[in-house]
Amino acid sequence: MEAVNAVKAPALEVHDLTVAFDRKPVLWNIDLEIPQGKLVGIIGPNGAGKSTLIKSIMGLLPLSSGYCKLFDESIDKVRHRISYVPQRESVDWDFPVSVLDVVMMGRYGKLGLLKRPRQADIDVAMDCLKKVGMESFANRQIAQLSGGQQQRTFLARALAQQADIYFMDEPFAGVDAATEKAIISLLRTMTANNKTVIVVHHDLQSVSTYFDWVILLNTRLVAYGPTERIFTQEKLQETYGGKLTLLSDVGDLIRRENFPNRE
Amino acid sequence: MSSFTEFFSFADPNVRYVTIGAVLITASSALVGTFTFLNKKSLLGDAIAHAVLPGICLGFLLSGTKNPLYLILGAFVTGWLSLYAIQYITTKSRIKEDTAIGLILSVFFGFGILLLTYIQKSGNANQSGLDHFLFGKAASMVAADIITFSVVAVCLMTLTLLFFKEFTLMVFDRNYAVALGLPVKKLELLLTSMIVLAVVVGIQAVGVVLMAAVLITPAAVARFWTNSIRIMFVVAAITGAFSGLAGAYISYTAPSMPTGPWIVIVISTLALASFLLAPTKGVLNRFLKQRRFRRTIQDENVLKVLYQLGEGSKNFYIHRYAEEIIRKRNFNKQSLMRSIQRLCRQGYLEKSGELCSLTEEGKNRAKRVVKIHRLWELYLTTHVNIAPDHVHEDADTIEHFLTPELEADLERILNYPVVDPHKAEIPY
Repeated sequence: MEAVNAVKAPALEVHDLTVAFDRKPVLWNIDLEIPQGKLVGIIGPNGAGKSTLIKSIMGLLPLSSGYCKLFDESIDKVRHRISYVPQRESVDWDFPVSVLDVVMMGRYGKLGLLKRPRQADIDVAMDCLKKVGMESFANRQIAQLSGGQQQRTFLARALAQQADIYFMDEPFAGVDAATEKAIISLLRTMTANNKTVIVVHHDLQSVSTYFDWVILLNTRLVAYGPTERIFTQEKLQETYGGKLTLLSDVGDLIRRENFPNRE
Repeated sequence: MSSFTEFFSFADPNVRYVTIGAVLITASSALVGTFTFLNKKSLLGDAIAHAVLPGICLGFLLSGTKNPLYLILGAFVTGWLSLYAIQYITTKSRIKEDTAIGLILSVFFGFGILLLTYIQKSGNANQSGLDHFLFGKAASMVAADIITFSVVAVCLMTLTLLFFKEFTLMVFDRNYAVALGLPVKKLELLLTSMIVLAVVVGIQAVGVVLMAAVLITPAAVARFWTNSIRIMFVVAAITGAFSGLAGAYISYTAPSMPTGPWIVIVISTLALASFLLAPTKGVLNRFLKQRRFRRTIQDENVLKVLYQLGEGSKNFYIHRYAEEIIRKRNFNKQSLMRSIQRLCRQGYLEKSGELCSLTEEGKNRAKRVVKIHRLWELYLTTHVNIAPDHVHEDADTIEHFLTPELEADLERILNYPVVDPHKAEIPY
């Protein structure tokens, strides 16, 4: 794996991270460090563990080994600085809430238990809706939204958290080209303000124009670092072409035999 | 005095207890059940309701008294145990949740019946009344019960209000709630405890078997009528309270009638009525909408035929017999006559005796339909690469519901063409 110079004051540090589903490891020993203020793409084929990586960092999945640190702290100490855009399909869009209701959820972490949202919170939410061009949809029932509008609603909710690092799971899925451009320029202004944005991305065409850094992933870490250095034909070949069959065979073996993947 | 005014004067303390008890139970169960419903865990409510029975029996056996505190404690333990067992089976084996619920529900309930039978045969003088938990005993509630119910109901309502935003978020998007740092595990524990509590109290009114209806059905009713979660909770609570009240009243007017089952019948009737009558989501409304669509299609087809008949001679206002229309396009004679009547009423057709003709308005509407039909055929052949002999059917439906905006787009994209793929002229 390509060695990278140690990153100073990283926004994210992942150390020896292994994650298993039903005992079969789907991420093997991931080590990486991401500096602050970068727009970072996580690239890899289907089943590479891109969403799993994000979810593990967010503490949504149990880790088999390793740890993740954000701003040199464990996640639970800095949750208020971290924002998350889950995959659009992960929720029921027939749920009886309005667009504004969903965006207001981004404020709940700051509000704390039992507190009612104040006008200031509503203002923040409306401002975030405006940033994604959805202010006229604020009172719309979410079942009436198109895929792209759902995605922008989720984005607005994440913005409403006013965090320092953003994890986005396929924010461009189902979004039309014009909206994608608008979202990217929004993310650009965020990174210009020293926010870190980490995005699971599918479209290889746009990688080099969109991202400062890339993480190439295929159940193991292939490479990570500045796009112009890492996003090469050779590395892509390694990410997409050479599936390590032996690795997944061993994973299957661990599951079949009910073998603990750590002693 | 009629039984109605007699009942609603609440002069009889017994009426008072039963009514207040029933309303409190149904309303607070409805609130808690709405979260269960939205979380798509409706069956879990049913499982808990059945699983508290062995707990109640154990509570009685171990304490030797019918002190509600022990019974509730026992109910809590087995209610919880059943949830845990369902979760364990689902996560640790290949058995899916519905099967796990079925398994656990019947095992716990069976065990409960076993204990209940044992208690009844044991000759313990205290035991009479335990079987009320099976089918409820709303009609024999007394002042002490009402106090317990009120306390529980107020607790449940307050907790629902206090944690409304957290529960809503958790039910909508659990992962996001965890990511925000909400104490999701604790909140889930709280919500489940609330469900168990609602069940433990509720089964005294309607019994184990019918409890799920009181928990879930009001939410299902409410969902038909609103898209706002806040209104949904209010409607669910009112639905629950109303059926509690109605159940108490019915069993009052017909003394041999049980309260609990009537509560469930009232709720179910409301659910059925909502299913049929609710605006937008109701079956009746959908049926009417479908019928409106079918009529529009038929009416526009009649106009279209008259237009096409006029195209040869360029005179669209010739009076024609219904038979001429049928010769061009095979309509059912009766429904054609109804269409003609409707179109005359709306001013699209004029009738003189047996003959009818397009009006100016009718001609314009027909022209638009014909235009969209031909434009769409052209679009399918030039832009979607569909063979010209395969496009007619598609265009036949599209022509009736294309919006003016899409119509303008279509004209722009095709750049106002003169003829369609079959060389027919496109009218503008």
